Amino acid sequence: MKTKSLLAGAALALLMSTAAHAGDVRIMWYSDGVEGDVMKDLVGRFMKENPGINVILDNVAYSVIKDQLPVQLEAGNGPDIARVTAIKDLSRHWLDLRPLVKDAKYWDDNFGAQADWMRPDGSKQISGFMTQITLTGGYANKTLFDQAGVPLPGPKATWEEWAAASKKVKDSQKLPFAMAIDRSGHRLTAPLLSYGANYVGKDGKPAPLDKGAKDFLTKFVGWVGEGSFAKDVWVSAAGSTYRAAAEDFINGQLAFYYSGSWQVANLTTKIGNSFDWVATGSPCGPAACTGMPGGAALVAVKYTKNPKDVAAVMDWFAQEKVVKEFSERTLFLPGHKGVVDKGGLDFKTDNAFAKAALTKYVEASKTTADTALKLPGWRWSDTVYAAIVTRVGQTLAGELKLDDAFTRIDADIAQKVKDSGL
Amino acid sequence: MSTTSLTDRLGSLLMAPVHLLMRIIDIPLRAVQKAAGIGGMAAVFLAPNMLIFGIFVLLPLVINFVYSMTGGTAFFLSERNFVGAEQYQRLFTCTNYLDPMSCQEDAFWAAVGNTFWFVILQVALMIGLSLITALILNRDLAARSFWRAVFFFPVLLSPVVVGLIWKWILQRQGLLNFGLYQFGIEPYTWLTDRNWTFIATIGVSIWAHMGLYTLILLAGLQAIPKDLYEAAEMDGTKPARVFRRITLPLLAPNLLVVVVLALIKAVQIFDEVYVLTGGGPGTSTLYLTQYIYETGFASTLRNPGLAAAASILMGLVLVVLTLIQLGIGQRGEKKGKR
Repeated sequence: MKTKSLLAGAALALLMSTAAHAGDVRIMWYSDGVEGDVMKDLVGRFMKENPGINVILDNVAYSVIKDQLPVQLEAGNGPDIARVTAIKDLSRHWLDLRPLVKDAKYWDDNFGAQADWMRPDGSKQISGFMTQITLTGGYANKTLFDQAGVPLPGPKATWEEWAAASKKVKDSQKLPFAMAIDRSGHRLTAPLLSYGANYVGKDGKPAPLDKGAKDFLTKFVGWVGEGSFAKDVWVSAAGSTYRAAAEDFINGQLAFYYSGSWQVANLTTKIGNSFDWVATGSPCGPAACTGMPGGAALVAVKYTKNPKDVAAVMDWFAQEKVVKEFSERTLFLPGHKGVVDKGGLDFKTDNAFAKAALTKYVEASKTTADTALKLPGWRWSDTVYAAIVTRVGQTLAGELKLDDAFTRIDADIAQKVKDSGL
Repeated sequence: MSTTSLTDRLGSLLMAPVHLLMRIIDIPLRAVQKAAGIGGMAAVFLAPNMLIFGIFVLLPLVINFVYSMTGGTAFFLSERNFVGAEQYQRLFTCTNYLDPMSCQEDAFWAAVGNTFWFVILQVALMIGLSLITALILNRDLAARSFWRAVFFFPVLLSPVVVGLIWKWILQRQGLLNFGLYQFGIEPYTWLTDRNWTFIATIGVSIWAHMGLYTLILLAGLQAIPKDLYEAAEMDGTKPARVFRRITLPLLAPNLLVVVVLALIKAVQIFDEVYVLTGGGPGTSTLYLTQYIYETGFASTLRNPGLAAAASILMGLVLVVLTLIQLGIGQRGEKKGKR
């Protein structure tokens, strides 16, 4: 009898360790700044209000979301909900929440503008919502500019003007580098578009690199070669690996850093009063002064065992008051139309630099190029980004000439399109 | 009652359940022997191992080979299309085999070249250093156990930790540059210089793994009878000759084990390098395992078929290397018997 009880207990324990309970909802979450803490707090509040649902928040590195989650999803596994940036690329794995949410019209009205970014082409499904809308943009270390006696370039300043001014600051202040741009295809796309690049071909598939793209990439490689742009960021990683240069800026090693609005909270927290900094918006090119929109979405995964509980969680986090609070505390630009239209967001910071930066991003969003607005919902964006980052990285490491890199980028993208069978 | 008899009785008491278990197992074994005969018993005993080998080694190998014959980005075989030898053909499409950049899969050939040089240099250096360290640690040193522990300690670390520690040391604002700066030397970007990064990956992997090989060689050194050295000393034999004529031949079996293990480990190098350099700058520290991982899992629109084909080729190289070493080992044994 005792043996039987022991065996039954062991079997139960095994079942408990592998199977999802009714009422369990697992969220895979990554953080760039303080949003993990805010989310943890909100999850606690949700569970108090909904005692029947147990939300497990798995905080993971961004690389896990980028590299491991797609593999889990391909195998039909994964969390119940995930915070992701490759939202279109993985859209076939998202759960259609339309029949499960309390009020589908509320979702369409408030999250409809970005709904297409996260659903399979041609469908009307509700996959989730954007935890924030982001826009790429620059940051300048104002203290370094002031110390060097170099005036900050104005709002319509070009990439060349920023490069020249930053180089003066670098030389005067003995910095290792004048500027840095995150090792990311998404980040590099903003200046490419401002030089007139257009990735999308007439058939909706990727077009070969055009003059605009080649022009900026040529300038960028030249700037890295002369020591204006940080080579470290692009060369101390390989392939299409993402690498941010935020730490270099935070440590006062850069005059200008090109990243995006999601860095505001991170810079506010980590820089503190060490130096004065300003958000500059995106420098201009011959074609536009544009940043790249984007953001991270909270999406439901269709392999969940508890779709009703998942919908309840999504409904709770999508509420106007919750989105507003999340945005105010994380210093993120909200992706909820109601919150945006009503305005009056009271960002929870006393930091004047952060407030000014957020205002700057709202202004900058008005000059976003049409092509930039289309790319987050384009099936091939990540494919193009990856090819550009990989080959430009190789060029900067000295193993590929720029012209060969252009040829390789086109060939890589064509091969990936062929491999996909689409 | 004597102490011995008490121990015996305690022993018998403890062994009683074991004997009972053996009797119980004996019943089906006898039945099987009766049915299969004595000759068939070998197959019965081998069956569990063969089953495990079949499920966890042979079957994945076959599945991997099937994958290498398919195309597309899906993971499930049922959703993949048969493409024959196309993936292999793609790996071998080059205009000049001496120039990786002339190949369609330039990263694959860059990885092959890097792995080749890494294996040659790392294994040679690792075995040389392990042997020297083992010889030193075999001497009557003060705090000998402490030094043995010091050399073995890195083996206990996770490869990811090893990568992170060395990244912390070698990055631009790292410990090494901080130290150099104290002596007025300008900081250097160790992890962005192609040549330095390659050397760094060799150095770091030697640091991380040589403790194990030192330990194996130390065990071999300690098994050599001391009287051989005493006899050589009495004959006035020079130390270099003692090393060549006594130490090396008697250490040969251990050296063979070390060479086989080090070679296989070197071909499979991945984790610590992935954390330290990510394969960069460019493709200068991209090794075969990372190429396979990235192609099959991490890249945008991954290609499991291409990754499988590359892993089959890598497996073939490992088989060839192991056969060569076994051949050398057998020749050495025959020579020894003569």
